[in-house]
Amino acid sequence: MTQSGQYNFAYLDEQTKRMIRRALLKGLAIPGYQVPFASREMPMPYGWGTGGVQVTAACLVPEDCLKVIDQGADDTTNAVSIRKFFQRTAGVDVTEQTTASTVIQTRHRIPETPLREGQILVYQVPIPEPLRFIEPRETETRKMHALAEYGLMHVKLYEDIARHGAISTAYAYPVSVEGRYVMDPSPIPKFDNPKMEMAGIQLFGAGREQRIYALPPYTRVVSLDFEDYPFDPMRAEHPCDMCGAEDTYLDEVIIDDAGGRMFVCSDTDHCTARRAAGHRGRLAATEDAA
Amino acid sequence: MSTPLLQVRDLHKFYGDRLGCGDVNFDLYPGEVLGIVGESGSGKSTLLNCLAGHLAPERGQVLFDTRDQGLVDTLTMSEPRRRLLARTDWAFVHQHARDGLRMNVSAGGNVGERLMAVGDRHYGNIRAQAIDWLDRVEITADRVDDRPSAFSGGMQQRLQIARNLVTGPRLVFMDEPTGGLDVSVQARLLDLLRGLVREMGLSAIIVTHDLAVVRLLADRLMVMKSGHVVESGLTDQVLDDPQHAYTQLLVSSVLQV
Repeated sequence: MTQSGQYNFAYLDEQTKRMIRRALLKGLAIPGYQVPFASREMPMPYGWGTGGVQVTAACLVPEDCLKVIDQGADDTTNAVSIRKFFQRTAGVDVTEQTTASTVIQTRHRIPETPLREGQILVYQVPIPEPLRFIEPRETETRKMHALAEYGLMHVKLYEDIARHGAISTAYAYPVSVEGRYVMDPSPIPKFDNPKMEMAGIQLFGAGREQRIYALPPYTRVVSLDFEDYPFDPMRAEHPCDMCGAEDTYLDEVIIDDAGGRMFVCSDTDHCTARRAAGHRGRLAATEDAA
Repeated sequence: MSTPLLQVRDLHKFYGDRLGCGDVNFDLYPGEVLGIVGESGSGKSTLLNCLAGHLAPERGQVLFDTRDQGLVDTLTMSEPRRRLLARTDWAFVHQHARDGLRMNVSAGGNVGERLMAVGDRHYGNIRAQAIDWLDRVEITADRVDDRPSAFSGGMQQRLQIARNLVTGPRLVFMDEPTGGLDVSVQARLLDLLRGLVREMGLSAIIVTHDLAVVRLLADRLMVMKSGHVVESGLTDQVLDDPQHAYTQLLVSSVLQV
């Protein structure tokens, strides 16, 4: 018996997948609304993407091609282990290319390459409740969502400006979905917020908190701001040192103990594809020689 | 005579079999300050919480003169409307400032919360109004970014008042606003409250066990005992010529310095 034969397709049993799909459909029908679901124990710790994994498992079909990214990279521990998990339990094809994939599970980034219709982007969400840190009572935040009382969200942004002179929230930046629900877009950098109005389907799974929410394609997603402090998708003022891109989200990497540093695209697939197409950044030559 | 701002009819609140407060009837007119006094456990806080929508009474009506629809029973109105009233036309000053403030948010954010809750999205305006209100409650502008935890008890209480009054409410509920403050701070707070109430033409309901507070602030007085109103009337009249035995006891037990 093959190893994948010992598991039901994509690890979860059919009843569980059915339950998750119902939650996903409800989430898609009410964009931005947090749907409770009976999150299962997964064979990995909370914080490693148990919510995203369950959503991916419920979405996968044998024909799918899966891509898993962690902070934009395909080759980090979290991405590798989840990719292997689905290779073993579902036997689906995997890829590192955004364009070749049909389902992408992500932690903390949206791929630089725009998604097309039919692709699914699954987010791993640690804390689905955007109001949590300012209003700890769950009963109260649920009521605030129900009645669309979102003034408190701006109190957080006010505090940012009062303390730092600008909205310093740089990730998990709250968004308003279709003018109704305020949603935590998971800890993606606010640079990615404008990309959330996309052609693909976006699904959010929070395993520990047992919540699922979703954005259908082309949903209007507006980042909250003040009239005199408009939303600013912040980006490091550098081109990528590997591929020379000037419109991507960059990681800062310290390369020696003398203050040397380089900036590289956090989306490894995008960067690799650009270099394959002949683009070169400041440090690309030395890397190619090595 | 103008219509009452608040009419309370036959209000009953039970905790199981035990009476919280019962058979309460009164009218509150615009610009009027009503004091509710009584000993601990007499039902005065229960009554206030019923009026403010924090507790659901078993029987009775609380009619509030809304801006758009006239007299509406706040007990039967929809929850969104009641919550909207609670952050626009009503204000609630808690005995402990900690219950009414967000302790992990700066003073400016605390005052600005109500403005943002009613849709103000201009940081400059919000901040200017917050500083203006801090000034009105005698907190200097350089404390606007400090958290309430860095404030003294009296300042916290004044901050709570600023936070509540910033949207220009018409009715203020106060639950022992001077409790836990020392006498000199109390005196300043009362002075401030009296000024604000007169200046803004506020109606207020003040629950207290401190007769000095109602003497200073309240136009009318209700005395409660065991959940019932035993005496009501003009403040000076009730305090100077108490009719009910319990009121006589209450007035005579005030310590004279």
